[in-house]
Amino acid sequence: MRKLLRFLTDYKRECVLAPLFKMLEASFELLVPLVMAAIIDTGIKNGDKPYIIKMSLIVIALGVIGLVCSITAQYFSAKAAVGFATKVRHALFKHIESLDYSTLDKLGTSTLITRMTSDINQAQSGVNMVLRLFLRSPFIVLGAMIMAFTVDAGAAVTFVVTIPLLSVVVFGVMGVSIPLYKKVQTALDAVLKRTRENLTGIRVIRAFTLEEQEIESFNRENKDYTDLSMHVGRISALTNPVTYVIINLATVYLIYVGALKVNTGTLTQGEVVALVNYMSQILVELIKFANFIVTVNKALASGNRIQAVFEIQPAFARGDIGGNATLDGNRILDANASDYAIEFSSVGLSYQEGGDEALSNIDFKVKKGETLGIIGGTGSGKTSVVNLIPRFYDATTGKVTVFGENVTDYKLESLREAIGVVPQKSVLFSGSIAENLRWGNKGASEAELNEALSKAQAKEFVDEKEGGLSYMVEQGGRNLSGGQRQRLCIARALVKKPKILILDDSSSALDFATDLKLRTALKELDQDMTTIIVSQRTSSIKHSDKIIVMDDGEISAIGTHEELLKISDIYKEIHESQFKGA
Amino acid sequence: MNRKTIIKKVWRYLKRYRVYLVLSMIFAVINVIMQLSIPIFTGDAIDEIVAAGEVNFPALFEIFKKMAVAIGIAALSMWLMNVCNNKLTYSTVRDVREQAFLRLSKMPLKTIDKTGSGDIVSRIIADVDQFADGLLMGFSQFFTGVVTILATLVFMLKVNVVIALVVVVITPLSLFVAAFIARHTYDMFKAQSEARAEQTVLIDEMIGNQKVVQAFAEEDEALEKFDEINERLRDYSLKAVFYSSITNPGTRFVNNVVYAAVGLVGAIYAVYGGISVGNLTCFLSYANQYTKPFNEISSVITELQNALACADRIFELIEKDIEEQDEDAIALTNANGRVSLKNVDFSYVPEKPLITDFNLEVKPGERVAIVGPTGCGKTTLINLLMRFYDVNDGAIKVGEDLTDIRHLTRKSLRLNYGMVLQETWLKEGTIAENIAMGHPDATRDEIVEAAKKTHAHSFIRRLPNGYDTVIGEDGGSLSQGQKQLLCITRVMLKLPPMLILDEATSSIDTRTELRIQRAFAKMMAGRTSFIVAHRLSTIKEADVILVMRDGNIIEQGSHDELVNAGGFYKELYESQFAG
Repeated sequence: MRKLLRFLTDYKRECVLAPLFKMLEASFELLVPLVMAAIIDTGIKNGDKPYIIKMSLIVIALGVIGLVCSITAQYFSAKAAVGFATKVRHALFKHIESLDYSTLDKLGTSTLITRMTSDINQAQSGVNMVLRLFLRSPFIVLGAMIMAFTVDAGAAVTFVVTIPLLSVVVFGVMGVSIPLYKKVQTALDAVLKRTRENLTGIRVIRAFTLEEQEIESFNRENKDYTDLSMHVGRISALTNPVTYVIINLATVYLIYVGALKVNTGTLTQGEVVALVNYMSQILVELIKFANFIVTVNKALASGNRIQAVFEIQPAFARGDIGGNATLDGNRILDANASDYAIEFSSVGLSYQEGGDEALSNIDFKVKKGETLGIIGGTGSGKTSVVNLIPRFYDATTGKVTVFGENVTDYKLESLREAIGVVPQKSVLFSGSIAENLRWGNKGASEAELNEALSKAQAKEFVDEKEGGLSYMVEQGGRNLSGGQRQRLCIARALVKKPKILILDDSSSALDFATDLKLRTALKELDQDMTTIIVSQRTSSIKHSDKIIVMDDGEISAIGTHEELLKISDIYKEIHESQFKGA
Repeated sequence: MNRKTIIKKVWRYLKRYRVYLVLSMIFAVINVIMQLSIPIFTGDAIDEIVAAGEVNFPALFEIFKKMAVAIGIAALSMWLMNVCNNKLTYSTVRDVREQAFLRLSKMPLKTIDKTGSGDIVSRIIADVDQFADGLLMGFSQFFTGVVTILATLVFMLKVNVVIALVVVVITPLSLFVAAFIARHTYDMFKAQSEARAEQTVLIDEMIGNQKVVQAFAEEDEALEKFDEINERLRDYSLKAVFYSSITNPGTRFVNNVVYAAVGLVGAIYAVYGGISVGNLTCFLSYANQYTKPFNEISSVITELQNALACADRIFELIEKDIEEQDEDAIALTNANGRVSLKNVDFSYVPEKPLITDFNLEVKPGERVAIVGPTGCGKTTLINLLMRFYDVNDGAIKVGEDLTDIRHLTRKSLRLNYGMVLQETWLKEGTIAENIAMGHPDATRDEIVEAAKKTHAHSFIRRLPNGYDTVIGEDGGSLSQGQKQLLCITRVMLKLPPMLILDEATSSIDTRTELRIQRAFAKMMAGRTSFIVAHRLSTIKEADVILVMRDGNIIEQGSHDELVNAGGFYKELYESQFAG
């Protein structure tokens, strides 16, 4: 949590002013009893009605000043707390965007969402409360103790014992409950995950009539969360009664010591009253403080969870080739630097540390402007190969080179800007079709969009949609069919005008007639563009300059369609399975 | 929804725990009385300490004993009250969440598709949490507040009626101030809640699809969009937090006025000898005691405003129409694979008819393949068969005696189907758990057996922990084809009388697909299957091929018949081998 405080640096002024005004308010509050004492001692004694009225007005005036100070303090603390949360959210979102695929696979979406939302909200309330109360409460507690010393040093020793004792209780409860609050948030993660799973997998759950089982699991997780919350609640609830007992017993002791001193004539009755009053002032403040501690505990637990995400570093280093050469003096991504667009030299990849290799000994080269086909069985490593090119994952062994430079030497965004990927899973985002297409190429004109749509065989259905390009795609593209989504994803990659285009089994949801038209259109594209087509269908790749046949994470054969039919049994079998009987 | 109805609805959940509510109130009363007695004891004790040599120690110790008891009872009742409030709040919130989830599982897909998952998640998680915070704070401070007010009031009336009346008349002003502010902050809290939901939707989308975002190097643009909402949320939050935090100083100021008024009236009374100085001092301290809870109550009211705004959004979700329940429906017991569609009309939106006058008779054991261009209504047909959506007109009938599926329980209908969709869905858990979904009693041998049939066994074996490998949300780093294999294995284990394969093998290589088909053929002997596919090799062997276009069947027949007829199917078929 402490490290998160860096997000408050822009609010230094607010962070100083809020507690300061709060303290001012407290000081005015402390003056009121003095004025009231003057009314009693002077006003009533002398029967001076104008004086009484004047002093009463002063009490109200003090109230007005207190009100102004307090509202000012509230404003500053609200501004700082909300500003803090806004900055943390921004930074966390940015940080998550910088995480690599393996880290994302490991963390999962749900916990990131709770941290972005509920945890940050908790941290916001924490900051708000701290700014309002952290100076005020110690100010009053210590102030009361100092005042007690001015009355009678001997009796004031009670305060010196009581205050540390109270701190032990308050911080002890805090120490026990913070780790528990962390567990509570983890339990909430589980509830969130279940909810999300049930929304994304609703069709499958209903098809398998798993509703009751899911409800049961949800109720169990919900109960775990509730039980944990109650458990922490019970512990937190100890603070108030325990501090209450300590302070009141201290008061009793104070009266006893006072009584002894009065009996020997070293203290007056009035002074005992004053001492007791100071003790009760501490009590009032501590009750406020205890509520504040609960909020702070929750905020600290949440803060730590947020910080934990910040501390996850992207698993790999970024290079510096790319960006604006003249501006930052770096080399730019130069597509003409080498004859080869892509080179793999003895590349191996394992997704989990120490796990089996998903790819081993991959060696191949692709010339600029060539089309490479990759084919192979399910799980043979086709997608793993192409994932290495835009550095979605890093090769565990060996080297992947793009335009003559190791991919790890490029700035990630420059590398990815040069590569257009159409992933297996067609993901679209809420927004208009045009907005979706302009991903990766902000400045694309409407004509360019339409051109890409035609090539991706999507123009026809887009034109039929109400509003055409401005037709609104809903979250996840759920108002489009699978094939429509896939074609929009292809168009989206084309709008980017990439130097390397990767189609990762991107026509699986298209019927053959559409697929054929798509392939014909792709052939007419930019001659310099290097294309990689991953497919299950030999028909999709048979015209490639080179075809790689993958088997069990290794290259089984490389060649043209005709060559492979002769030399590769696997390729032949795949081809025949699709054309048998034709 | 107005506030009164929301509160009424909250009460429906609360009342189950009214025992704790009553206990909490009782403990609150005990606590306040004990706490208020302490100053009296203290005063009595001080009266025994008059001056040097005039201290009555025996009487003092007597008072100390009583004080110790009062302190003990006060502390104990305080703790018990807190425990009750905890129980009350968290149990209520648990019930609300449970109910929300329960309703979710009965909601028509139409509603869920329309609402969006991010929004629903935000309601079930964030809003319910806010609601809990408000409720807890409400209970823990509300009762003590009310009881303190009543008890001090009684005491003040006993000392001096006129001054007590001054206090009673002015104090409600603070409630008025609090209510005024609360009314105005409600809208801001609601705006805050809505902005938060909007942001959650974006987070859900962008973080959930982070891989695509990164693939397009769109991080900056996503961040920009996020920031736009984030800035708006900042504005709303600042307003909501700040205006609601005015309540406390506002009411404190009113208290100050009360204090001044008591001082003024009391002092003038005292000048005429109507009240002793000691009594006035006492009065002032009780006036303070009396007004303090008003402060707390007012801050509680703000917190409750927020809680109610959240409750409103939760109830909105809970009260969404649910599917017509299966009360009068009967269970499907005689499913033999016979399916009949008669004059079926359907559309997602009334203005755009999708399927019109659709007729189909399927005999037990028949393999029905559905082909057609993208968007022709194939997936919709599956939505109707599974009763994810109900037909607008006409009827779908199944079973030996052709019962209208609307007369059957959804559960029994769906249990008779095995469905594999193109969009794979796996849950977090082990591979074995995912395969055994829908068939939790399956033994490991049965699972392995099914996986062997679908040729998933070889890749599962190579995973770090084999069948016990835990896969993350949505399959983690498994490839699309591997996920499809798992989904198929899942159905293979279930062996239903009817099967729906919607592009189930689209990401699986054709060699493996052929082998799976052989396994399916064995398994599906005598069972009816509906197969949606683009690969004509997948469907060539079907008994009936339906060629769909724009929601209608345009051609129907076996492969050879259709090729010979030379229609749309032939065109499709030939395109596969062209290029």
